[in-house]
Amino acid sequence: MCHIKQVKLLDRFSNKSVTGTLHLTATHLIFVESNSTSAQEIWILHHHIASVEKLSLTTSGCPLLIQCRNFRLVHFVIPRERDCHDIYSSLLRLLRPVSYDELYAFSYNPKQNDQQREEGWQLIDLAAEFERMGVPCDQWQLTDVNREYKVCETYPRDLYVPITASKPIIIGSSKFRSKGRFPVLTYFYQEKKAAVCRCSQPLSGFSARCLEDEHMLQAISKANHNSRYIYVMDTRPKLNALANRAAGKGYENEDNYPNIRFQFVGIENIHVMRGSLQKLLEVMGTRSLSMTDYLVGLENSGWLRHIKAIMDAAIFLAKAVTDEGASVLVHCSDGWDRTAQVCALGSLLLDPYYRTIKGFMVLIEKDWISFGHKFADRCDQLDPDPKEVSPIFTQFLECVWQLTEQFPQAFEFSEWFLIQIHEHVHSCQFGNFLGNSQRLKERTYSLWAHLLSEKQNYLNPVYSPSFAESHPVLEPSTQAYHFKFWRNMYHQYDRSMHPRQSILKHVLTLKESNRELEGTVQALKTVSSPQQFERSHPPRPQSLILGAPLLSRKEVQQEEDEEVFGEEAREDAPASTGGERTVEGSSATENGYGELKGSFDSKNEPAVVTLEFGVARMTC
Amino acid sequence: MEFAELIKTPRVDGVVLHRPFMPTVEGTLCLTGHHLILSSRQDNTEELWLLHANIDSIEKRFVGSLGTIIVKCKDLRVIQLDIPGMEECLNIASSIEALSTLDSVSLMYPFFYRPLFEVIEDGWQLFVPEEAFKDLESMTDEWRLSEVNKDFSVCPSYPSLLTVPKDIDDESLCKAASFRHGGRFPVLSYYHKKNGMVMMRAAQPLTGTNGRRCKEDEKLINATLCAGKRGYIIDTRTIAVAQQAKARGGGFEQEANYPQWRRIHKAIERSNVLQEGLIKLVEACNDQSHSMDRWLSKLEASNWQSNVKEILTTACLAAQCIDREGASVLVHGTEGTDSTLQVTSLAQIILDPACRTIRGFEALIEREWLQAGHPFQQRCAQSAYSNGKPRSEAPVFLLFLDCVWQILRQFPCSFQFNENFLIMLFEHAYASQFGTFLGNSVAERLKLLLSQKTVSLWSWVNRPQELERFLNPLYEPNNLVIWPSVAPQSLLLWEGVFLRWNRSTKCLDEAYQEMVHIIEYNKELQNKVNSLRRQLAQLETEDGPLQTP
Repeated sequence: MCHIKQVKLLDRFSNKSVTGTLHLTATHLIFVESNSTSAQEIWILHHHIASVEKLSLTTSGCPLLIQCRNFRLVHFVIPRERDCHDIYSSLLRLLRPVSYDELYAFSYNPKQNDQQREEGWQLIDLAAEFERMGVPCDQWQLTDVNREYKVCETYPRDLYVPITASKPIIIGSSKFRSKGRFPVLTYFYQEKKAAVCRCSQPLSGFSARCLEDEHMLQAISKANHNSRYIYVMDTRPKLNALANRAAGKGYENEDNYPNIRFQFVGIENIHVMRGSLQKLLEVMGTRSLSMTDYLVGLENSGWLRHIKAIMDAAIFLAKAVTDEGASVLVHCSDGWDRTAQVCALGSLLLDPYYRTIKGFMVLIEKDWISFGHKFADRCDQLDPDPKEVSPIFTQFLECVWQLTEQFPQAFEFSEWFLIQIHEHVHSCQFGNFLGNSQRLKERTYSLWAHLLSEKQNYLNPVYSPSFAESHPVLEPSTQAYHFKFWRNMYHQYDRSMHPRQSILKHVLTLKESNRELEGTVQALKTVSSPQQFERSHPPRPQSLILGAPLLSRKEVQQEEDEEVFGEEAREDAPASTGGERTVEGSSATENGYGELKGSFDSKNEPAVVTLEFGVARMTC
Repeated sequence: MEFAELIKTPRVDGVVLHRPFMPTVEGTLCLTGHHLILSSRQDNTEELWLLHANIDSIEKRFVGSLGTIIVKCKDLRVIQLDIPGMEECLNIASSIEALSTLDSVSLMYPFFYRPLFEVIEDGWQLFVPEEAFKDLESMTDEWRLSEVNKDFSVCPSYPSLLTVPKDIDDESLCKAASFRHGGRFPVLSYYHKKNGMVMMRAAQPLTGTNGRRCKEDEKLINATLCAGKRGYIIDTRTIAVAQQAKARGGGFEQEANYPQWRRIHKAIERSNVLQEGLIKLVEACNDQSHSMDRWLSKLEASNWQSNVKEILTTACLAAQCIDREGASVLVHGTEGTDSTLQVTSLAQIILDPACRTIRGFEALIEREWLQAGHPFQQRCAQSAYSNGKPRSEAPVFLLFLDCVWQILRQFPCSFQFNENFLIMLFEHAYASQFGTFLGNSVAERLKLLLSQKTVSLWSWVNRPQELERFLNPLYEPNNLVIWPSVAPQSLLLWEGVFLRWNRSTKCLDEAYQEMVHIIEYNKELQNKVNSLRRQLAQLETEDGPLQTP
C-alpha cells in the first residue's frame, strides 16, 4: 500500500480538476479528494483497468491516463515523475494477473459463512429451469452423454436432446461439429412444442457429410409435430461462412439435410465488434464533440448497425417459433458468441420469465455461462490475448436495454441492473464469470446472491406483471430510429452528461414510500379503532406516535436533495449571500457552453459530486 | 359565402381513410369552409376533423377510377384517402388545395370559431405589458415603460409599450431605433433578480461599411451597466456573416465605440436554412426503409440536432454571463425576431423558475415571441411538406420548443408542464381555431381586431379540464438555475413530434400512466396517514394522558 499526495484529477470533458491523494492497494487504486467538504472518492478495481498510459511530462507533473473496462476514463497528474512511474509499473503488474489465485474473487470476502456462500450458488438451478419449460417431455430427454465432459468440454454436463437422438448419433454429430458442440436444446416453447437449439458450425468443408449429424437435425425436426421443417440460422455473414469452408468447416447444405430452411443472418465476428466499440469510444471520448462529428462517428463505428443485426436475428427466431411453430437451430462458428446472443435474446422475446430479475439471471447462467461463452477471453480477465477480447456480452446487455426503451413495463429490472451486471462481468469479484467454462465456485461468491440482496436498487418502478399476460411475446420494431446510443452505459461515469433529475430514481423512491405508507396506514387503523383503543393501549412503534417524524414524500425529497445538492450548496453558501444552489451536476462552466476566455472575474466552479447511482461502491 | 365557390364537391360516400397504427375507416367525406371531415356515420367511432389550415400539401394518385389523395399535415401527420370516382377525387383535391392556401387572414377559422365553453378568464387580457412592468418595479426602479412606439411608427414589429432604462428619453430611443435594423432598438428582455443583471435584445446595428455610429444607442445600452462593470454582446451570427451584413447596411458593434462590451459570436443558422433542415429531417423520419447507416447519415445531413445544440449552447452562454459572470447581456442577430428570441427565451427558462410553470411559460411566449414580434404568420405558413420554394417559412418556434423539451428531459421534475404542452403549442402555432398565433406583430393583431373577433388559446388551455393533460406529475418547484448539458450525447431526437405518427406509443403511454398512478397513490396514502394520525390524537386526548409503554 502506497499513497501519493497532491495528485490532480482532470475532468474528462472540461478544464476542471480536483486535487487529492492517490492510494494503491492490492486490489484497488483509490483517489480521495483532499477538499474536506466534498471529499469525493474514486475506487478503481485493478481488474477494471484496461490500459494505463504515461503521457509526456508537463509543467504541473506527470500525466497518467487510465482506461477502464466499465468505460471509466481517469486522467491523473502526479507531481513527481518518480511516483508516477512507480504507480505506472505497479499497475502494469497488478492489472495482468497471471493465475486465478490473484483474482479479486479469491480475496473478496463479504462476511458470509460457508453455508450462505453455498446457498448463493444454489440460487440458480438449471435443471429446474428446463423443468419450468416443460422438459424432459415426450419428445425431449436429458442425456448423460457429456457426464464427464468428454463429448464436449465447453458444454454443461446436463444436456437435452430429442428422444430419437441415440448416443451414437450424438457422438457422431459432435465429431462433425466444431469443438464437438453438437445440436442441443436451449429453450423449449411449450405452447407450440417448438425448440430453440444451438450448436457450432458443421465440418462440412466443400462436400463432407455426416449421416449422424443429418439424423440429429432430422430428430430435432421430428420432435416438433407442428412444423415439417426446422430453420437453421447461421448467424454469420454468408461470406464468412463460405471462407470457413476452405478450412474444412462451413455450413449445412440444404441438399443433404431434408426439411431444413437455411438462413444466413449476417452478424459480424468478434474482431469487427471489437473494432466497432473502439471506434465508438474514441468518438464519444472527444472533447467538445460537435453534433456532426457525433452522428458521423456513431454511423462510422457501425455499433448501432451491429446491435440492430443481433436484434433482427432474435426477432427472426422468435417469429419462426411463434408464427410458424417451427423449431430453430442456431449456430455461428464455435457457437458461443453470436449463437449465445441470438438464443438468449430470442428466448427473452419469447418468454416473460426472462424479463424478471431472477429469470434474467437464469438466462445468463444458461445461455452464456453454462454453454461456455469465453468470458475470461472476451473480457480479458487473465492471460490476455488482445485478439480474443470482444464486447459480445455487452452487446447482449445493450440489446436488452434497447428493448426496455420500447417496452418500459415489460421488465422487472431497470437499466442499472444491466449496468451492474456489466460491471461485475469485468470485476472478477464474483465467481460466476471466471474462466472460460470451468467453474471456480469453491472459494468464491455468486454475483446473483449479491444482486438479489440489493434487489431494491434494480427494480423498474413501472414494471407490470400483467404486461406479460397481454404481451407474452415481445414484438419490437426494428426501425433504425428506435435504436439509441446508450449513454448511461458508455458514459456512466461522465455525470455531466446525464439528466440532472432522474425520473427512475424519483419514481422508485415514491414506490418504496408507498409500501411504507401502506404499512403505516394499516398500523394506524389497528391502534386507532375505538375497540382496540379501549381494550388496551398496545405498545405502538415509535413512528406511529403523533409528532414522530413521518417520512413523507416531501421529506424524502428533501433528504435526497440534501444528499444531491449538499456539496454544491455548502460550497456556494459562503460565497453567495442568497444561499443559491444548483441542481446536482448542473453547473455552467462544466458544460462548456463556450470559452469565456479573458472573462472579467471568472469564479472557480464548485466541485461536483460523483454520485454513482446504481453502481454500488465496492468494498474490500 | 365565398367558401361555397371553392368547394366543388361537398360530399363523397364510400371514402376509405388510412392512418398509420390505426384501423382504416370507411365513411362519408365532407368538406366545409374550414374542415375536412370523415365520418363513418356510426356511433362510437371517432370522426376525423381536419382543419384545412393544417394541410401542408397534398398528392393525388389514380388507379383506374379509384383516386387516392395523400394529405400531409403541418403537424407532420400523413393520411391517405381513397376516393371512388376520378371526378370526385379531382374536385376534392382542388377544393382542399384552395381552402388550405387562403391568402386572407380574416378568412381563417379563428374568425369563425365559436367556443363551446364559457370563457371565464380571457386569455387576451392575461399578459399585458403593464402587469409585467409592475413586477419589475417591485424589484428595481432603474427602468421605465416608454410609449414612444404607441402608434408603431418607431418600430412596426415592437409592441406599443417597451421597457427601457429610466435615464433614456424617448427622443434618444427614436435615434437609437434609426440605428437598428427594423427600428428594433435595445429593450429589456429579462431582469435577473438575484444579482440585478439584465438581458436586453435588439436587432443588428446599421453600421454599414463605413462604420456609422450612434451615440444614443451607445448611451442606451451603457445605461444598463453598473459603474465600472462590463457587459457581453451576444451576436447569434458568426463573425463572417456579421461582416457580410455590413455590405447590406447592417453590421455589429465596434469595440472602439462600445469599449465596455465584449462581443461573442455564435453560429445559429438563419431561418431559411432551418426550413430545409426540417424538410430533410421529416423526410428521414418518414422513410421506413432506411438502414441504420442511412438513417444516421440523413439525421446528420438535416442538421436539425446541430441547430438544437447551437441554440441551446448560446442560450446557456447568455445565462452564464448573467448568473455566473454577473454581467449584463445584449442579444441580437440580424432582424432580432428569430434567433435572438430563441436565445433570450431559453435563457429565461434556465435562469427563472417562474418560466417553468404553465402560466409563466405562457407569459414568456406572450412576451418574448408574440409581443416581441416573431412573425408567426410568415414562419408557420408552411411546415415540413411544403414543396414550393420557401419564402419566409422557418421552424424557428419549433426549434425553440425542441430546446425546451431537451431541458425538460434533463430536468424532468423542474417543469410544471409536460411534453404534451409543448406539442400542443407546436400544433397551434401552425394551425388553430384560436387567434393567438395569427399575425406577425402586435400592430397586425390590433388591426385584425383579434382580441375582439377570435378566442385566445390561453382562454382554452387554462381551463382546469384542459390543463390536466398538460400537467407534469413529477413537478416539484425549485428555485434553482438549471444548467442543461449540451453534449451531443445528452441531446435526443424529439420523438414526440418527429416520430409521433411513425410509431405506436401504446406501451409508452401505459408506462406513463403507471408512473402517474404511483405518484397519485402516494399523495392519497399520505392524506390517509395524516387523517388517521389526527383521529388517533383525538382519541388520545379524550382518553387522558397516555402512559408510555
